Amino acid sequence: MDLFEYQARDLLASHGVPVLPGGVAETPEQAEAIAREIGTQVVVKAQVKTGGRGKAGGVKLAADADEARARAQDILGLDIKGHITHRVMVAQASDIAEEYYFSYLLDRSNRTFLAMASKEGGMEIEQLAVERPEALARIPVDASKGVDAAKAAEIVDAAGFAPEVRDQVIAIAVQLWDVFSKEDATLVEVNPLAKAPDGTVLALDAKVTLDENAGFRHPEHAALEDKAAADPLEAAAKEKDLNYVKLDGEVGIIGNGAGLVMSTLDVVAYAGEEFGGVKPANFLDIGGGASAEVMANGLHIILGDPAVKSVFVNVFGGITACDAVANGIVSALSILGDEATKPLVVRLDGNNVEEGRRILAEANHPLVTVVDTMDGAARRAAELAA
Amino acid sequence: MSIFLNENSKVIVQGMTGSEGSKHTQRMLASGTAIVGGVNPRKAGTSVDFDGASVPVFGGVAEAMKETGADVSVIFVPPPFAKAAVIEAIDAQIGLAVVITEGIPVHDSTYFWAHAQGGSTRIIGPNCPGLISPGRSNAGIIPANITKQGKIGLVSKSGTLTYQMMYELRDIGFSTAIGIGGDPVIGTTHIDALQAFQEDPETEAIVMIGEIGGDAEERAADFIKANVTKPVVGYVAGFTAPEGKTMGHAGAIVSGSAGTAQAKKEALEAAGVRVGKTPSETATLMRELVGA
Repeated sequence: MDLFEYQARDLLASHGVPVLPGGVAETPEQAEAIAREIGTQVVVKAQVKTGGRGKAGGVKLAADADEARARAQDILGLDIKGHITHRVMVAQASDIAEEYYFSYLLDRSNRTFLAMASKEGGMEIEQLAVERPEALARIPVDASKGVDAAKAAEIVDAAGFAPEVRDQVIAIAVQLWDVFSKEDATLVEVNPLAKAPDGTVLALDAKVTLDENAGFRHPEHAALEDKAAADPLEAAAKEKDLNYVKLDGEVGIIGNGAGLVMSTLDVVAYAGEEFGGVKPANFLDIGGGASAEVMANGLHIILGDPAVKSVFVNVFGGITACDAVANGIVSALSILGDEATKPLVVRLDGNNVEEGRRILAEANHPLVTVVDTMDGAARRAAELAA
Repeated sequence: MSIFLNENSKVIVQGMTGSEGSKHTQRMLASGTAIVGGVNPRKAGTSVDFDGASVPVFGGVAEAMKETGADVSVIFVPPPFAKAAVIEAIDAQIGLAVVITEGIPVHDSTYFWAHAQGGSTRIIGPNCPGLISPGRSNAGIIPANITKQGKIGLVSKSGTLTYQMMYELRDIGFSTAIGIGGDPVIGTTHIDALQAFQEDPETEAIVMIGEIGGDAEERAADFIKANVTKPVVGYVAGFTAPEGKTMGHAGAIVSGSAGTAQAKKEALEAAGVRVGKTPSETATLMRELVGA
């Protein structure tokens, strides 16, 4: 889960990282009130989960509270790369003497954590990594040891921070590790980490990504989720504990196992090329069980998508055998009743496949077509959606 | 021969008394696996009956190994307790720890991976179906009755695609099939399995199944080019996955332009691996290679 800047800022502040005073506003009036409380020049920043806010007009300076209200008025509602701005952060504006960069992230390839630091911040780090790789220190962090003051000093010295900020950056590096490890983050990035004219180092902008698998030990993280931005079908699926991702095609997909479902999307897209570019409408993994209730919940979500013209149910009967899956489909259709209006193409294979196909044949539901192979079933589903 | 797991493997189950653990212990026993014990500190000294087979419960992994000579542990412990369970298995120096549990925080898996370095434990998973050497032993949740012993080695990030491929090629059979798991940080990689299959005299050809996210497939492609002389066919899932969306597996995500199926397919093809467009086409490519 990616956080908004204001959420990341609050999280950093709660672990002692120095940040500037500020708050989040959903209306120009709220922005004005925050600016009045800060009492100095402020910066009004669009809260969207994408880069390039500044260029899109989403970051503006305001000299006083009245101006902050006007700037918030301009920015709220702004479309930044397809993200509509619903909130702005109003923060004290700081003069910046120098900009730095600091991050911790999960390094999948090396199965470890990585600290990255540079005394040249402010620009996109991908750009810095390509153009001036020598300016970006990359220090692996052993997950079983973490970052203490000595490790932080190693990182900070590798990046060549000047003596007058070294101690401050080391302290911040330890605090940021605290955020990264204690909050179960997979990314904590401060860009820029800035030196104010008085020599104080603080975090001016931050990106944080939290590991949703760690939610069981962070119940408070649930409140950080941006429920308003979620697709309504995805939100409904989540309520039912279904693993659903909305896509933009016409063939609804239900399958068991993430790999098989991803594969099903691909096979439908290939088959769809013959039928004017028909595509999969969603990813939905109902897991190993494939019970009638889960099948009914899945079909209910998929049939709620007005773009869906046909549904492809692709199940491999491994742990749950095909006869149980077939019974699940038949019961799901009777649970749904008149709600089931779109043709269903079913492909079953694996354990007890003959019995599974027999059950479906016997039920003889008018909407259901059984096709024996995955490729053939994908073709039929694409044809029905064309 | 087979890799990592054979007829002499003695298997214990951590989390055997839970619902998933007991269901799959039953299935492993039914497929002929030598299950020699379970681990649960609160039920130490008791035993569990599985259709007439009485399996003793021990208080810890080290004790279970000492009493039974176990060399494999299959771990079904739920996410909040999985890290401690894996560390216990590593500290007991068990040879193979198969972590089935889905939903382990990546800080925990990265920690136990780091903890295992320099030790004697191979980790498979987490978030994986385990591995099977058909006709010999089955450590995990892979259905045992969909294929038979044979000459193909299979390594896959995905459980159900593993089953699908085992089933499609069931007349040829498998030396070992391994599901390495779909998490961002896993123990055994495609490369580890490829190397073991290359060295296994019984394995004549290899199927490698990948999916979006990370660069494991690209690295495996480099490894194949340099080290694998046995024929390899490949399959990659997730061509239609949108950027920035997690597709079921925690690790299955395209980030920016990194981790795409297209890049993985191209890397494998550049290494001489024939990559199928669909699972069935991949099975057909394997048939052509082994002449069956």
